[in-house]
Amino acid sequence: MSALVDEERLEESPTGDHALPKITPHTTAEIKAHLRVAKTMWCPGCSNGTITRALIDAILGLELDAEKVVVVAGIGCSGRISAYLDYSTVHTAHGRALAVATGVKVADPDLHVIVAMGDGDCSAIGGNHLIHAARRNIDLTALVFNNSIYGMTGGQTSPTTHRDDRSTTSPYGNLEPAFDLCELAHAAGATYVARGTAWAYHQLVNVIAGGIAHKGFAMVEAMTICPTYYGRFNATADPGEFLRLQKEHAAPAAEFDEGESRERERYPVGLLRHTERDEFVAALGVIRERAQGARNG
Amino acid sequence: MASPAILLQGNEAVAEGAIAAGSRFFAGYPITPSTEIAETLARRLPQVGGTFLQMEDEIASIAAVCGASLAGAKSLTATSGPGFSLMQEMIGFAAMAQIPCVIVDVMRGGPSTGLPTEPSQGDVMQARWGTHGEHSVIALAPSSVLECYTLTVEAFNLSEQYRTPVIMLSDAMIGHMREAVVLPEPGSLRIAERGTPDCAPDEYDTVTSTLDSILPRPPLGSPFRVHVTGLVYNRLSGAPDTTDPTAAADLGRYLREKIYHHREAIQRVEEVEMEDAEVAIFAYGSVARAARAVVKWARAQGVPVGMVRPITLWPFPTAAVDRMAEQARAVIVPEMNIKQMSWEVQAAVAGRAKVVDYGRVDGDLITPGEIQELVKREFYYHRWEES
Repeated sequence: MSALVDEERLEESPTGDHALPKITPHTTAEIKAHLRVAKTMWCPGCSNGTITRALIDAILGLELDAEKVVVVAGIGCSGRISAYLDYSTVHTAHGRALAVATGVKVADPDLHVIVAMGDGDCSAIGGNHLIHAARRNIDLTALVFNNSIYGMTGGQTSPTTHRDDRSTTSPYGNLEPAFDLCELAHAAGATYVARGTAWAYHQLVNVIAGGIAHKGFAMVEAMTICPTYYGRFNATADPGEFLRLQKEHAAPAAEFDEGESRERERYPVGLLRHTERDEFVAALGVIRERAQGARNG
Repeated sequence: MASPAILLQGNEAVAEGAIAAGSRFFAGYPITPSTEIAETLARRLPQVGGTFLQMEDEIASIAAVCGASLAGAKSLTATSGPGFSLMQEMIGFAAMAQIPCVIVDVMRGGPSTGLPTEPSQGDVMQARWGTHGEHSVIALAPSSVLECYTLTVEAFNLSEQYRTPVIMLSDAMIGHMREAVVLPEPGSLRIAERGTPDCAPDEYDTVTSTLDSILPRPPLGSPFRVHVTGLVYNRLSGAPDTTDPTAAADLGRYLREKIYHHREAIQRVEEVEMEDAEVAIFAYGSVARAARAVVKWARAQGVPVGMVRPITLWPFPTAAVDRMAEQARAVIVPEMNIKQMSWEVQAAVAGRAKVVDYGRVDGDLITPGEIQELVKREFYYHRWEES
């Protein structure tokens, strides 16, 4: 286990999502076997590494054939995961990961396609692709690294930056309300919606694994911390302190009152929505049968 | 026995050509005057086990095409001016990441919404330089319904062979025109397949493409576990490398040279009555149809006029223009834009002949009569018969 995943955090992980796979964490050696590199370009204290580890843990736990795993990523800090993971990987253009992944999945339905995106990547420049991928209910797992800010470009306001938060482009406070990415995906038609945090590692692994195992469009929002920009401007530049804040803010979904406002200080975590509906790639097969039947008949 | 002639529209011919080339994936967004390509493929692709996707916009369309191609499918999209503008980002990605795919741009008047139903050749330079950064492209310009079919097959072949996006520059006139065509017999056309690298997965990082041997990329989800990126990358390992100027220069030069080095093999030009031509008409796409009529009219009166019709617009057919510059004293360049190709011709002719440009951007076709007037000026001493 990495230094950031300590015993205390494992014990205090708010699980209780009975529908989710229960993944036993793997050893660091097992995790490293799925990485191409030993070093990342992420800042000290960034929890993108924790999410990367959680993704590998989930893939190992589900016993997926690594050769059939494809990770399609966007642009931003999170997008760099594509070069680090030892699967088939695509580092696309900013916002376009879901659209590229749609082509990949349709062309080869046997692949497990995981789409790694940042919050701005997926909900600002890529927002149109997000709602339509969710509407189609295509069997992709969207893994959104939400750090509430544009980190790669140096700390600008994103659609998940909360009102009155500071950023380099909101020097007097952000005037726009934040998107709730899970509610957005649900409203657009996603059939699996879950949120995890870098703090609660076990739960994060399980919600990712649940998303990958789900047949349909899965939105997994991974709350990550950016001590360098978001933390320094708005909370704390101390990663440990920042993670503890995450723990305080995250409320188990079962305990979360729907009437509560979804603010930085309190948001539901765990499996939030889970329904079954016709999956897009399977539906394409029905269309082919119809077309060929019409032709022969 | 030869197949019978069938009445086919240019856009339909593109769709049938794509299927003949082995394409089984189309993603697009409705836009006039290209929509019939999407409509035809929505009907035809599922019949042959393929996939038609109507995406949320043109950006998503070309993105899905890139994704499907990376997963191993020969893929295409079709659009027109405003959609072609939106696609430039991912065309650049395809050029950088060396993803074979075909983009059909049925040109209409612009800029912006422009003249949605009228033909134009205003995207010639956008096809060449529309995406940012140094790269080479291949662009083909059909001038008949039959060529909409055969050049679509050729576009797929070139895209697979050179691992590059290939752009088909059709226009509203060619796309919507119907002609009686006899399609080539199945099996009579060359079909390039992608193939797989001739090495073990663990050796993959030790082999790299050269200008004369462009290796295929294994599909996603194979033991090769490829990494594909729009960042500058090391050509050997495929890993992103934005700090080594040598790697960046190697890739930048390679992306240009891999097309330019093969320009003689890629370029296709039709030369009509050029052996003794004193005046040449340099025309492509739908305008070449009018130019061909003018050559016939002039020759009928014993006047030495010829035509050079580039079928490949990019890479620019410099060798044919060289021959033309040595042969003719004047070159007329009629086109449905303002000087986009005539500048290129002028640069290649380099003062060896007079270059006369003639452009229209009003959505009307250039007629043989207009080109005749230009020809007459170059033969002011000839007594023309009343036609």
